Amino acid sequence: METMQDEIIKESGGLPIIVKVLSFMLFMILVFTGIANLLPQVEGQAPKDIKVDLGALTMESYIAMGESIFKGKGTCTLCHNNMGRAPDIPVMDMEATALERLKDPQYKGTAKDSESYFRESMIEPSKFIVAGFGKQGETSTMPIIDKAPIELTEVEMGAVIAYLQAKDGGQPTVELPTDAPAVAEKSAASAEPPKPAETAEAVLTKNGCTACHAVLDSPATIGPELKTIGSRLSKEEIRESIINPSAVIAEGFPPIMPPDFANKMIVKELEMVVDFLYQSKAVDSKNSETKEPEKEVSNENDTPKHTETVPEPETDTESNTEQKGE
Amino acid sequence: MFTYIKLRSPLMSVFLLLVVFSSLTLTTELAWSADTIIETAEQAADATIEKKAAPRMGPSDYRQIGSVSSRAFVWVVAQLHLFLAAFVLAVPLFVTVIEWIGVKTGDQRYDDMAHEFMKVSMTAYSLTALFGGTLAFSLFLLYPTFMAYMMEVFGNQVMVYALLFFLESGVLYIYYYSWYALRYGNKKYVHLSLGVLLNGVGTTLLFVANAWATFMMAPSGVDEAGVVTGGIWDIMRGPLWNPLNLHRFVANIAFGGAVVGAYAGYKMLSARTMAQRAHYDWMGYTSNFIAVLAFLPLPFAGYWLMAEIYAYSQQMGITAMGGILAWLFIVQAVLIGTILLAANYYLWNGMSRCEGSKRYTWLIKYIAVTLVGSFLIWVTPHTLILSAKEIADLGGSHHPLLGPFGIMPAKNIAVNLMLIGTFLSFQLYRRSDKEITVAWAGFGNALMAAIYLVAIANVIFLGVYYGYYTNTVYKVGSSVAQVMSTLIVIIAGVTIDTMMFKGAKNLPVTWGKISNRGVYALFALPIAFTWLMALMGYVRSSVRTHWHVYTVIKDNSTDNFIPNIGYAANMMTVATVAFLILILFIFWVASLSETRQAVPVQKSEQ
Ligand code: HEC
Ligand code: HEC
Repeated sequence: METMQDEIIKESGGLPIIVKVLSFMLFMILVFTGIANLLPQVEGQAPKDIKVDLGALTMESYIAMGESIFKGKGTCTLCHNNMGRAPDIPVMDMEATALERLKDPQYKGTAKDSESYFRESMIEPSKFIVAGFGKQGETSTMPIIDKAPIELTEVEMGAVIAYLQAKDGGQPTVELPTDAPAVAEKSAASAEPPKPAETAEAVLTKNGCTACHAVLDSPATIGPELKTIGSRLSKEEIRESIINPSAVIAEGFPPIMPPDFANKMIVKELEMVVDFLYQSKAVDSKNSETKEPEKEVSNENDTPKHTETVPEPETDTESNTEQKGE
Repeated sequence: MFTYIKLRSPLMSVFLLLVVFSSLTLTTELAWSADTIIETAEQAADATIEKKAAPRMGPSDYRQIGSVSSRAFVWVVAQLHLFLAAFVLAVPLFVTVIEWIGVKTGDQRYDDMAHEFMKVSMTAYSLTALFGGTLAFSLFLLYPTFMAYMMEVFGNQVMVYALLFFLESGVLYIYYYSWYALRYGNKKYVHLSLGVLLNGVGTTLLFVANAWATFMMAPSGVDEAGVVTGGIWDIMRGPLWNPLNLHRFVANIAFGGAVVGAYAGYKMLSARTMAQRAHYDWMGYTSNFIAVLAFLPLPFAGYWLMAEIYAYSQQMGITAMGGILAWLFIVQAVLIGTILLAANYYLWNGMSRCEGSKRYTWLIKYIAVTLVGSFLIWVTPHTLILSAKEIADLGGSHHPLLGPFGIMPAKNIAVNLMLIGTFLSFQLYRRSDKEITVAWAGFGNALMAAIYLVAIANVIFLGVYYGYYTNTVYKVGSSVAQVMSTLIVIIAGVTIDTMMFKGAKNLPVTWGKISNRGVYALFALPIAFTWLMALMGYVRSSVRTHWHVYTVIKDNSTDNFIPNIGYAANMMTVATVAFLILILFIFWVASLSETRQAVPVQKSEQ
C-alpha cells in the first residue's frame, strides 16, 4: 500500500481524472452494449391478421392454417411444450386425450366429442382442468383463446381444432368455414367482376355449400346431404332450391339456406353445379361410401334422421357470419 | 447569506407546523382522500360524459416527427425522465435518514454530508420536471388517441399528480434552503419533519405515476372493451401496482446511492487535501453502503413482481422469462454480476482503511473465487441452445425451447452464492473496525459460520437435486427455498452482529486510505445500475407485446413488435450516455456554487 500522502500530492499524472473516469464509464457501457449485440437477435413480431380466401379453403389448408396459428398467433406453444407448464400437446395424441378426458369422472363440462372438447378447452378452459395443472373449480392458467390478448376468431379456432384432430392421423370433424358474406364484401370492394369458377367442385367450395351440406368431402349436416340429391330431385328442383331456397323447405331442416346465391353465381356456375348435383345419384354412392362410411348414406331419403345430429345450426351460422363481420 | 434565508421564528414555526400537520394528514390519508376527491369529481363528470370504449388504433392515430421512430423518441425521453426522477426521489430518502442519524449521533459530519447530497439533487430536480414535461408533450403529440384514452381512464387523477408536483417542489425548496436556518435544537426536528413530508409526497408521486404503467400492463377497473367500470381506485390498484411500487421504490434508492457514490468518488480522486479526501471517501463509502443495502433485497422484490405477473397472466410471465426476452436475462446477469463484483471489490479495498481487517484478509480470496466462479456460471448461456435462426424456424416470436432457461437451476445456485458471498464481504467489512468483547463471541462466531455453511450447502443441494432430478413444480419450489436460505443468512448475520457489537471496542479507521483503483468500483456501480434500469424497462414494456394497454388497446403502429436485444441495447446506451452527460452537468453546476473566485489579495478558499 502506497502511503496516502504520496497519492494525494502526486496528481497521479497522465490524463485528467475526469477523462479517465469518463473513459472507464464509457468503456463499461460499450461492453454491455457489445454483449447484448452479440446475442442472437430476435424480434417479437406482432401477429399478422391472417387473410384467408375462405372460398379456396380445403381441409388440408385449413389444418395447415391451424398448425401455423398453434405455433404463431395463438401462442399455444409458449405453454404447450415440453417444459411442463401445460399439457405437451405437440407430442400427445390429442384425439385419444380428448376421449380420455371426456371419460374422466372429474369431467363436468358439456363437450361430447373431441371437437367440442377442444373448443371448450379454448373458450372455457376452467370447465375442466387437466390433472397436474391446477385444481378443478379454480381458474385455469390457460387463457381464454377468443378473448384478448390472443383473440382467435371463430374461423381460426376451427382451424386449430382441425389441426388438433388431424395431427395424429385423425379425421377432422370441424366444418370448413363458409365465406358467403366475405365474398359479397370482396366483390363490393373490388370493382372487377369475380372470375367464374372452373369446375362444379370449385363453385361448391367457393360458395360455401360444403359448410352446410355433405357434398364433396364435407361431412356437414346442417343442410340435407347432397351426395345423393340426384335421386331425390329433378334438375329443375335443384336449380330452384339454389335460386330460391325458401320456395320448398326440405322437411326437417330449418330455413336457413342463404337466399342470395342467385345474385352471386353466374349462369355458367349455376348450371355446372346443377348438372353436378343432378349426377350425384344414390347409385353413385360407392364414392361416398369410401369417404365416410359412418354417415348413414343409405337412408338418403330419410332426411329428418339428420336433424338430430345437427346441434343448433343457428349458432353455427351466426358465428360464421359474425366472423365475417370483422 | 444566512440573514437572507433566516426565518422569523414564531411565524415560521406556525407555518412549518401547518406544513407538517398537512403532511401527516396527507401521508396517512392520501389514498383515501385522493380516491374520494377523484371519485366525487368523476361522478359529477359522469352525468355529462358518456363512457367510451378503448379506441381501435389505425394509422391516423399515430404521428411521427420527421422520420424519427416515435417509439425510439419516447423511449429515450421517458428513460431519461425515469433516471432523473429515480435519482431525485431517492436522494431525499436517504438524506433524511442520514440527517436523522446525524441528530441521533450528534456527529456533524452526517449533517454536512446530507446537505451536500441534497445540493446535488437540486439541479436534477428541475431537469426531471423538464423531461417529464417533454415526455408528456411527446406522448400527446405522437400518440394522441392513446393518450386521449388514458386521460379518459385516469381522469382527474392526473391533476392530483400535478398538484403533488407543486407540493413536492415547494417542500423540496423549503427543505433544502432552510437547512442551515433550522439546524439545531427543536428546529432540527421541524427540518426533519419537512424531510419526512418531502418523502411522503415524493413517494406518493411515484406511486401515482406507477399506476399508469401498471394499468398499461395489467388493466383493472375497465371492462373487456376498455370502458371504465370502476372508480379511480380500482383502476390504480391493479395486480401489478404494489409489486411495482415496491420494486421501483427500492431500486430508486440503490440507483440514487450509486449515483452520489460516483460523485463522491470523483470528488475524492480530485481532492487536494487529506481532509477532503477523507470526507469524500467516507461519503463514497456511505453511498455505496446505501446502494448495496438497497440492492440486496431487490431480487426478492423482483420475485414478487414476477410472481404477480404470472398470476395475472401466465402468458405474460412466460413471454418475459421464457420467450424471446429470455436472452435478456443473460445481459441482466452480466449487469448484476458486475454490480456485485464491484461492490465486493470496493469493500475489500476499503478494508485497508482499518488495521483490524487484517484478521479477515485470508477469507477474501475464497469469496473472490466463489464470486467469479458463480458469475461465470450465471452468464454462460449453457442451457440456451437456440440460435436466432432456430428460433425463427420454430415459428418466430413464440417458441417452446428457450424454456430451460426459465428454470435455470445452476444459475439459481450461482446467484444465491453471489448474494451470500457479497453479504459475507459486507459483514467482514463491518467487523473489521471492531474488537468484539461480548463473552459469547466464540459461540457467536461459530454459530454464524455454521449458518453460512448450512445455507451454502442447502443452496447447492436444492439446486442440484431438485433442479436436475425432478419436475418443474419442484424446481420452482426449490428456488424459493434457495432464496430463503440466502435471506436467513442475511437476517441472522445482521441480528447476530448487532448483538455481538454490543460494547465492542472500536478500532481506528483512516478514511481516505483506499487505493484509487478501489474507488473506480464507485464508477462501475452507477453505470451498471443505469443500464440495468434501462434494460428492465425494456422487459417491462415488451411483455405487453403488441398492446398499448394489454388486452384493451392494440398497438397498430409500425413499431408494434418487440425490438431485438441489440437494438434495445443501443437505445439503452443512448439513454445512458445522455444521462451521464446530464449528470456531469448537474455535478458541475453543484460544484459551481462552491467555487469562489479568489478575492484578488487572498488565496481562494475551497
Ligand atoms: C399461458 C399458457 C397457455 C397458452 C398460451 C395456451 N394454453 Fe392451452 N392449456 C394451458 C394449461 C396450463 C392447460 C391445462 C389446464 C387446463 O386444462 O385448463 C391447458 C390445456 C389445454 C387443452 C386441454 C389439453 C388436455 O390435455 O386436455 C387444450 C386443448 C389447449 N390447452 C389448447 C390450447 C390452444 C389451442 C392454445 C393456443 C391457441 C393454447 N392452449 C394456449 C396453458 C396454455
Ligand atoms: C347456411 C347453410 C347453407 C348453405 C351455405 C347452403 N345451403 Fe343448401 N340448404 C341448407 C338447408 C338448411 C337446406 C334445407 C332447407 C331448405 O330447403 O331451404 C338446404 C337445401 C338445399 C337444397 C335442397 C335439398 C333438398 O333435399 O331439398 C339444395 C339443392 C341446396 N341446398 C344446394 C345448395 C348449394 C348448391 C349451395 C351452395 C351454392 C348451398 N345449398 C348452400 C343450408 C345451406
